[in-house]
Amino acid sequence: MMTAKTTQKIAFVLLGLGTLLLVVVPILLTILYILVNGGSAMTWEFLSQPPRNGMKEGGILPAIVGTVVLILGTMLFALPLGILSAVYLVEYAKDNFFTRLIKLSVVNLSGIPSIVYGLFGLTLFVGFCRFGTSILSGALTLAIMSLPVVITATKEALESVPQAFREVSFSLGATRWQTVRYCVLPYAIPGILTGTVLSLSRAAGETAPILFTVAAFYLPRLPHSVYDQVMALPYHLYVISTQVPNMPLKLSFATGFVLIAIVFLMNIASVFLRAHYRKKKTW
Amino acid sequence: MVNAEPILKTENLQCFYGSQRVIHDLNIEVLPNEILGVIGPANSGKTTFLRALNRLNALNPSYRQSGTITFEGQDLRKIPDNLLRKKIGSIFALPQVLPISIYQNIAYGPKVHGVASKSKVDQIVEESLQKAYLWDEVKDRLDLQANRLSGGQQQRLCIARTLAVEPEVILYDEPCSGLDPISTAKVEDAMQKLKEHYTQILVTNNTKQAARVSDRTAFFLMGELVEMTDTNTLFTSPRDSRTNDYITGRFG
Repeated sequence: MMTAKTTQKIAFVLLGLGTLLLVVVPILLTILYILVNGGSAMTWEFLSQPPRNGMKEGGILPAIVGTVVLILGTMLFALPLGILSAVYLVEYAKDNFFTRLIKLSVVNLSGIPSIVYGLFGLTLFVGFCRFGTSILSGALTLAIMSLPVVITATKEALESVPQAFREVSFSLGATRWQTVRYCVLPYAIPGILTGTVLSLSRAAGETAPILFTVAAFYLPRLPHSVYDQVMALPYHLYVISTQVPNMPLKLSFATGFVLIAIVFLMNIASVFLRAHYRKKKTW
Repeated sequence: MVNAEPILKTENLQCFYGSQRVIHDLNIEVLPNEILGVIGPANSGKTTFLRALNRLNALNPSYRQSGTITFEGQDLRKIPDNLLRKKIGSIFALPQVLPISIYQNIAYGPKVHGVASKSKVDQIVEESLQKAYLWDEVKDRLDLQANRLSGGQQQRLCIARTLAVEPEVILYDEPCSGLDPISTAKVEDAMQKLKEHYTQILVTNNTKQAARVSDRTAFFLMGELVEMTDTNTLFTSPRDSRTNDYITGRFG
């Protein structure tokens, strides 16, 4: 006869193994597979040189630079706008038809396919605003795509800060902004970071939104201004995997690995930042 | 004392949450430097009354009120929120310390009101802790996380934090409901000594505490002020039979 406790133990072990099998193992296998197939192409030259000879030789430096620039640009536009929107929605806005409409829109925005964002960016930024096919257009498009995640994550982080903190701050005569600045945001930062990095990682890997707005098929020189086109890793990966005949497969895998590495580095950075801020969070 | 000008005064105050009226037609005068005890069973409007005085109720979107409240002769609606709450401080039922150090908890108020100099803040921190009778217990560990203090110490820290912004009135919302008798005694002690400089309003579920601490006591029932008189009279010969029932423990 098994006691309830033993049954529970067995169930937990099984669930744990299942999770391991479904989540951890595939990730490790994917990385291993990419490394096995592309590892031999991972040289210093690959990281530090522009592509040559119909992209079959040389490196991917312009694409790495392009992706990093696009991530930074996206961050520049999406973070202030997204975080401030969430602060407005949670801390300032009254619950009325207008704010309910905003909240509904945010939810719906996150469900829109990324290619639609690409077309939107093409129409608005490339066409209407006359930014042309440029870093500016691409970063703005990626920023708009990232906004829903940033807003939702920030909203949840703000809402998880106990209401009592706000009451204490107000009761001491702090203004609403002082309360948000000193009594709410510091405790919401870990949550905000998580959501932000998640959305930026997604932006880093997206092809569709940058397809019409910024990505260059082949552009070995590095960008000089925000009105330049750039190569970007996901689009480059797409190009060399499907558009260039007789492409050595290991180059595709190596490119994919670099993209994963960038996203991974961002996640590591956020882990450290979170740990730094979480030290203060003990309620 | 009866002839003194009231520092706080409500006229025909009515408070609502949504369509539910929680305070009916309240007329009450609070005198300077008194401790006014407010007793009454749950849902009698005590806390709502207290939070109307420094407009903390307004944080609840469904709250509405009518009637007037005057503070030092001035209509409350004409005083900006942050100024009003600086002058009328609040102590909550559970000690609400922020998860930062003891020092930072107290420095928070002066800082948001623009006190920048470190030496001035240091001085305010020490003075406030002394006034709340906590200084001796924490002076060597001001950098300790405030939530590591005991409940009673945390509540006195909250009092010190309120004193640091130099209020004129302090509102206590069941400040000892989570404290043991010795901590309670220390908080009550602090209140007695603060009388000299501050007007204090004490909402409590503990009728004995009101009898011990307050100069005058008000009895609230179902959102109405049933009776308000000096504490001795209220507890020895109440006019209203409902007051008598409540203080003798027949209901509530």
